[in-house]
Amino acid sequence: MRGLALLLFLCLAIPAPAAPRLVTELSQSRIDISYRFAGAELLVFGAIQYPGGRTPREAPGIAIVVRGPTEAVIVREKARVAGIWVNRESMRFETVPGFYAVATTAPPRDLLDERNAAIYEIGVRHLQLSPVTSAGPDKVRHFEDGLVGVRARRGLFVEQPYGVRITDDVLFRARIPFPSAVPVGPYQAEIYLIRDEQVLARATAPLIVDKSGFERGMWLFAHQHGLLYGLLAVGLAVGSGLAAGNLMSRREG
Amino acid sequence: MEIYLPIAEMSVNWALIVALGLLVGFMSGMFGVGGGFLTTPLLVFTGIPAAVAVASSATQITGSSVSGAVGHYRRHAVDVKMGGFLVAGGLVGAVLGSLLFRWLQKQGQVDVTIGIIYVLFLASVGGLMLRESVAAIRAAARGEPPARRARRPVRGLDRLPWRMPFPRSGLVLSPVAPFLLGLFVGVLTLIMGIGGGFVMVPAMIYLLGMPASVVVGTSLFQIVFVSAAATLLHATQSQTVDILLAALLLVGGVVGAQLGARTAARLPAERLRLFLALLLLGVAVRLLLTLTVTPAELFSIQSAAG
Repeated sequence: MRGLALLLFLCLAIPAPAAPRLVTELSQSRIDISYRFAGAELLVFGAIQYPGGRTPREAPGIAIVVRGPTEAVIVREKARVAGIWVNRESMRFETVPGFYAVATTAPPRDLLDERNAAIYEIGVRHLQLSPVTSAGPDKVRHFEDGLVGVRARRGLFVEQPYGVRITDDVLFRARIPFPSAVPVGPYQAEIYLIRDEQVLARATAPLIVDKSGFERGMWLFAHQHGLLYGLLAVGLAVGSGLAAGNLMSRREG
Repeated sequence: MEIYLPIAEMSVNWALIVALGLLVGFMSGMFGVGGGFLTTPLLVFTGIPAAVAVASSATQITGSSVSGAVGHYRRHAVDVKMGGFLVAGGLVGAVLGSLLFRWLQKQGQVDVTIGIIYVLFLASVGGLMLRESVAAIRAAARGEPPARRARRPVRGLDRLPWRMPFPRSGLVLSPVAPFLLGLFVGVLTLIMGIGGGFVMVPAMIYLLGMPASVVVGTSLFQIVFVSAAATLLHATQSQTVDILLAALLLVGGVVGAQLGARTAARLPAERLRLFLALLLLGVAVRLLLTLTVTPAELFSIQSAAG
């Protein structure tokens, strides 16, 4: 809250530019995944700086997008073959964010027209997933819906249509939830000021999600020294097995 | 209670995993099976990715088999010579299995293939055991002496070359037979994350004609080596062994294995086989349902990298 007060103070103190500006801050610039990690919550907050300090009469539209690293994925759909559910058809998508959350002051379709929503990728429906296929738009849509559905149910694609709180038409804030299965990598928070279906101002803030301490060490070890890691795992298994086996047979004997 | 797994990249309730290890260890000590046929599906059920579940349960199987094998070895209930040929076949099978696993993964059919193989094996092995053990229990109830099974290899096996004596099992047998059996089980170990004891134990009794007294120990002996090789293959090829997950499973598993072995010592053998048969059939039915009932999630997402 002190950050908010400071921001408010700064907005009022600095001479205002000709176009509105966004001043933003994240509650943390790094999310550490330690052994007790069970998800996290990121607070994105900031202020709108209007030219001449004049606040327009109508309430501003704000969209806050937090996205994780993108990767290529294969989406498969199960179908029944001879009574058994098997993966039948698949589609490859080249640019799928591992995490995507959008919080807005109103549903995206009420804030923006289709074109602008697609340009800025505001709203899960407007993500550019880059399907690699010769199939028709209906089929692409079908697989996109499937992909989005799976990610949404795992908390990896989040839409909060009324997730942005506005105070005094100047301050805004949103809480973005991260599930425990969030992918690691560089993230970005993007904040958009929207009026009359147009983006008036945009600000970004970087965010890093990474494993720390033991978790990070283990992951690096497993990926850089696979054989050694495997031997350690086997050693651990054999050691504990021998210990238990000997302990019990001594007690019997 | 939540703990984050570095390789599975998600958090789980650690007490639940330890309890799971305990339960599976108990089964493994009691029946001389690795228990992987329970661990892998149960881990997947808690949301752990299938590849990580398969690889980490291989590690746990090593631990619980060592724990069990030690006791059997002290009671001279391990046919090391027979076990050696099983291990040799098993190692070849593990390498073949890892190639097959990668191929299936690329086709996107790994889950359903594993599911179908599971159902087929569990149902057929469980069915055979059920019939045999019920007959034995009935015979015992009528006061008849237990039917003496002719302890010899099935017909055809004696035509294989290089026959040699296996004194501890009291058999003269071609080493090709245990080698092939080991190879087959090795493939299963790798692609299904199981020790293969539930296939190995009946096969040694009914196919090779080994005496029941050395079957469990010899099966565990082979599982130790093949599951260790499977862990190494998974660790080097796909980096899917989650050491923390394996450690949690081991804590429960090694304790459970000892408790199971003690319980088994107090129960008659045919009763034990009946329980195992029912367990196998139960898991088979459960898996059959997951294959045939409309799944909650029709779509699945797989990273295209690697």
